[in-house]
Amino acid sequence: MRTPRSPWHTRAALAAAASLIAITGCSAGEPGAGPSPSRGGTLTVAAVWTGKEQQTFQTLLDDFKARTGVTAEYVATGDDIAAVLGTKIQGGSPPDIGVLPQPGLMGQFAKAGNLKSASADVAAAVKAGYGSIWTELGSVDGTLYGVWVDASNKSTVWYRTGAFAEAGITRAPATWPEFLQAAQTLSDSGVTTPVSIGGADGWTLTDWFENVYIRTAGLENYDKLAKHQIPWTDPTVTAALDTLKGLWSNRALVGDPAKALQADFPTSVANAFSDRPTSAIVYEGSFVAGAIASSTGSKVGEDAKFFPFPSINDSPPVVVGGGNVAVAFTDNPASQRFLAYLATPEAAKLMVAGGGFTSANKALDAAAYPDETSRQIGQQIVAAGDNFRFDMSDLAPSAFGGTKGSGEFKDLQDFLAGQDVQAAQRQLEADAKAAYSGQ
Amino acid sequence: MNPTKAGTSARRGRFAVVLLFPALGLLAALVLYPVGYSLVRSLLDAGGQWTGLGNYLRLFTDSGTFTALRNNLVWVIVAPTLVTVVGLMFAVLTERVRFATAFKTVVFMPIAISFLASGVIFRMVYDQDPEKGIVNAVLVGLHDTFAPPSGYPDARPRPGEELSVIAGALTTTGTHAPGAPAALPLVGVKAGDVPASASQAAAPPPGSGLAGTVWLDFASGGGGREGVIDPGEKGLPGISVEAVIGDRVAATAMTRSDGTFRFAGLTSGGFRLRLPEANFAQPYAGVTWLGPGLVTPSIIAAYLWIYAGFAMVLIAAGLAAIPRDSLEAARIDGASEWQVFRRITVPLLAPVLGVVFVTLVINVLKIFDLVYILAPGSVQSNATVLALQLWNVSFGGGNDQGMGSAIGIVLFVLVLPAMLFNLRRFRREQR
Repeated sequence: MRTPRSPWHTRAALAAAASLIAITGCSAGEPGAGPSPSRGGTLTVAAVWTGKEQQTFQTLLDDFKARTGVTAEYVATGDDIAAVLGTKIQGGSPPDIGVLPQPGLMGQFAKAGNLKSASADVAAAVKAGYGSIWTELGSVDGTLYGVWVDASNKSTVWYRTGAFAEAGITRAPATWPEFLQAAQTLSDSGVTTPVSIGGADGWTLTDWFENVYIRTAGLENYDKLAKHQIPWTDPTVTAALDTLKGLWSNRALVGDPAKALQADFPTSVANAFSDRPTSAIVYEGSFVAGAIASSTGSKVGEDAKFFPFPSINDSPPVVVGGGNVAVAFTDNPASQRFLAYLATPEAAKLMVAGGGFTSANKALDAAAYPDETSRQIGQQIVAAGDNFRFDMSDLAPSAFGGTKGSGEFKDLQDFLAGQDVQAAQRQLEADAKAAYSGQ
Repeated sequence: MNPTKAGTSARRGRFAVVLLFPALGLLAALVLYPVGYSLVRSLLDAGGQWTGLGNYLRLFTDSGTFTALRNNLVWVIVAPTLVTVVGLMFAVLTERVRFATAFKTVVFMPIAISFLASGVIFRMVYDQDPEKGIVNAVLVGLHDTFAPPSGYPDARPRPGEELSVIAGALTTTGTHAPGAPAALPLVGVKAGDVPASASQAAAPPPGSGLAGTVWLDFASGGGGREGVIDPGEKGLPGISVEAVIGDRVAATAMTRSDGTFRFAGLTSGGFRLRLPEANFAQPYAGVTWLGPGLVTPSIIAAYLWIYAGFAMVLIAAGLAAIPRDSLEAARIDGASEWQVFRRITVPLLAPVLGVVFVTLVINVLKIFDLVYILAPGSVQSNATVLALQLWNVSFGGGNDQGMGSAIGIVLFVLVLPAMLFNLRRFRREQR
């Protein structure tokens, strides 16, 4: 694979001659002289964020500079960060820090030997700021690589308060039967399709499944299934799909599945929260709040509120979520200092203050959140403690858990359309087998 | 031969090479190297290890690529033909209309819009919701003109109550006799959908004949007992009620503003009460254009919209070059317009039509953006084409650039005959 890249040949040879450690390229302004650069230096940080999210992250970079004198330069990669970083690594000039939106990506880069392990300082900072699960989640094969800049919560069910009041539902449903009952009451009150499902996007369905599965099968099985140590034909999967089917096959509650399969995520949110709503409940992650604010007239916190995904068979509070993990690609000493900084409550405070982000940092003062809704979302994450798990489809090889129109996305869409548990399990297992073996 | 002359020509030859070098260099860097490397890459797996023909083997056994191949075939058979024929029609017709230039400009305009933007436009055109998608809006409008929607499409009984659904209509399970008012509760009607004329539901006043109430058994804000008329619950006016005995409809009544109805003529006997389907028929929802069945034809139609103008302009140029005298001669000989078109115009246009067709074939084989944008995620696997498959396996999550390169090579092989055809034609025309 390396042979035909002639234009880089000479430069690579020179670089190799200069230092045995292959990668050079970046850190243009790094003063080569000082052996221990206590202050100053530069750092490149690559992430997918743009716009408001980038501005929020920029406040961290500015704060970091004020504290250490290190000038951190932000590089927006666009959505396809894996491809962008992959190309840069192949070209020999990765950024110092990459903020990866998927945990699976960290594993991928770590196994390919592209990452630098976190220093003892970073490990201590993570240990101090986060529950033990976060050290585990930032590690690959026992080595800590990453610090979780933020944590998102995908165990939130959003509802239109007006519809609940109209239907006379005064208490947010806490258990699955209560949830079904509430949906039935909403239907009786004249809400056409009480539960809005954005089935055109497969990932919404995987999130549904994961939240049900982690509650019916438990954390241990969830971890096993995420690593494909138990097959998708396992009875625990049958139970979860049967539970889902109880909701998805009820046309009075979710409407015509064929229609749900035409609705993408923004549409599913608009169905519940626009001026002429046909639905009252949308299940998805905390980012629903953003979608409501940007594309409907409803006000989050007043017209739209959320409750934690209901407990099934007395399951304890669990949170399925995601997050962005910062990892170091280079030996630039400023990289490790930046990672340690990211684990501090000060960094977490700046991160959540801009709105739109929530943090798992338990040392973070909840008052830092700009509004009540995000505060509750954040507290739900901290309260779940070590019962936090990553979105399973993000952990799977992307051919299975992250490709539009195939793998888990497609199989669950077919399940929504046809409601055939056995067929869905067989297909999921076949696809998983192919994807995990190719990894 | 004169030695000096030979020397000159050799020098000139070398000079020519020097002049050609930048162009050759560019060609090598931008065309030959990528093509060659794709070929090499297609023999390596995702991680860059040698797998020989492994990717090709997987490619031809994978159901996803098979669907893509099949769809590509549909595209190649249907789209270029359709576009050429429509383009030809436009070209011939614009020769005779008055505002030809304006017409041509309008038809040609879509090609100036990027595939991506066109995809977004047609995503809205084809939207399932008649409030958003214009095609369904027209269909629903037409449908509702001939079959007006029912008053209470979402109304339904609570499960386990008196009424049950039989073939769309709601029928009581038991019989009702005059003297005991029938209570027929319904739910599922949006408070806003209850007609303004509706008033508080009530039991029918005493009187002769079988009577009862159809009402919305759900008070705004909740509360209220099931199956009982509570304060705040409204009657449902305008529902037709049938008294049925056996299979025969004995009488028909209409509910009033408080939901009561009365069959004054029925003074004795037991009847089942039926609320016919017409009260509750679901509104016509249009066609799911972007569903699994229709998605490829729908996308081809969008492609037609984009490319008809392109075909028209090329064909119109060819048309302008046709010698008028042969057309005149045919007309003088008594040929009808259709005969002139079929026997003179089309044969003379054949070379142009061929170029347009082949260009479109090449274009269609590479189709990507339109499918990517237009097909919702849930049907993307039904609408997939090779180029989309290529992108998906290499960048869209599959991260297997070996497989992607293999698909690229297959696509290249498929496009090759069409390209050779065009090349040969160009060469013939140059001679």
